[in-house]
Amino acid sequence: MNSRITQYCIIRNGKIFLNGEEFFSNDIAESPLVFFKSALKHLNISYPKFYKMDSLSKLAFLASEVILIQDKARGSFPNDRVALVLSNSVSCLDTDVEYQKSISDRNNYYPSPALFVYTLPNIMIGEICIRNKYQGENIFFCSEAFNADLIYSYVNMLLQTNKADKCITGWIDFLGNSYEAVLFLIEREGNSNTIEFNIENLNKLYKGI
Amino acid sequence: MDELILKVKNEIITALKLEGMTPDEIDTDAPLFNEGLGLDSIDALELIVLMDKNYGIVVEDPKVGKQALESVRTMAEFIKNNRKS
Repeated sequence: MNSRITQYCIIRNGKIFLNGEEFFSNDIAESPLVFFKSALKHLNISYPKFYKMDSLSKLAFLASEVILIQDKARGSFPNDRVALVLSNSVSCLDTDVEYQKSISDRNNYYPSPALFVYTLPNIMIGEICIRNKYQGENIFFCSEAFNADLIYSYVNMLLQTNKADKCITGWIDFLGNSYEAVLFLIEREGNSNTIEFNIENLNKLYKGI
Repeated sequence: MDELILKVKNEIITALKLEGMTPDEIDTDAPLFNEGLGLDSIDALELIVLMDKNYGIVVEDPKVGKQALESVRTMAEFIKNNRKS
């Protein structure tokens, strides 16, 4: 089997890259959230649920929208054959801290359900699934740094054992004002003009920009 | 009424943590649930708590709550007619 990396998206420092080319830039945005909102407008997406998401899910949602632009145009996505394998170093700590603040004052104690639902990192996978009606395999891993070996092993297993035909995988990290998204679309039957799916290429693309 | 509508929009943004959204981006007459803002049952709970905390309104009848939360305008009208604080 010769799976391919058919699309990849990198979001760092106020810039979005799609397949190595700059797709959108707003490096003067005063905060990640302002940057994310401007990117959503650039994508011309009307999706009010975006505003309800925590920052981690917003970042994952944007990266997935960018990576799926061309596939959506082709319109050939079997919903139960797309897997999602995401990872990061801080889980959903950004939201956990906010939630902790909301319940730490005994005189103003209110465990907000709207906030609580995002105190799990795999909710960002759920948001992508809801948006695209995906029903395939999914998993979230926590590791100290981007781990191409882990991603390659797991995604390769899913594709080789016929659990999925395509997989959205990568690294979505958000804490405070620090964020990074590196997302890959892996296809079992990818075009030969695309990049071979292997550990070396995952590492090269992750470090590339 | 316009003042109350603006206040309710700001309170919805705060309660539901619609970070990055501004009041002018919320259509006063659009449905709050499914279409429009795309809210769900968890958000309905947040809005019921909002009306209790900010206006002293306790919604006991689900039918009344459903009608009140159809849109920002119906919510503002409900608050205007039932507020205790």
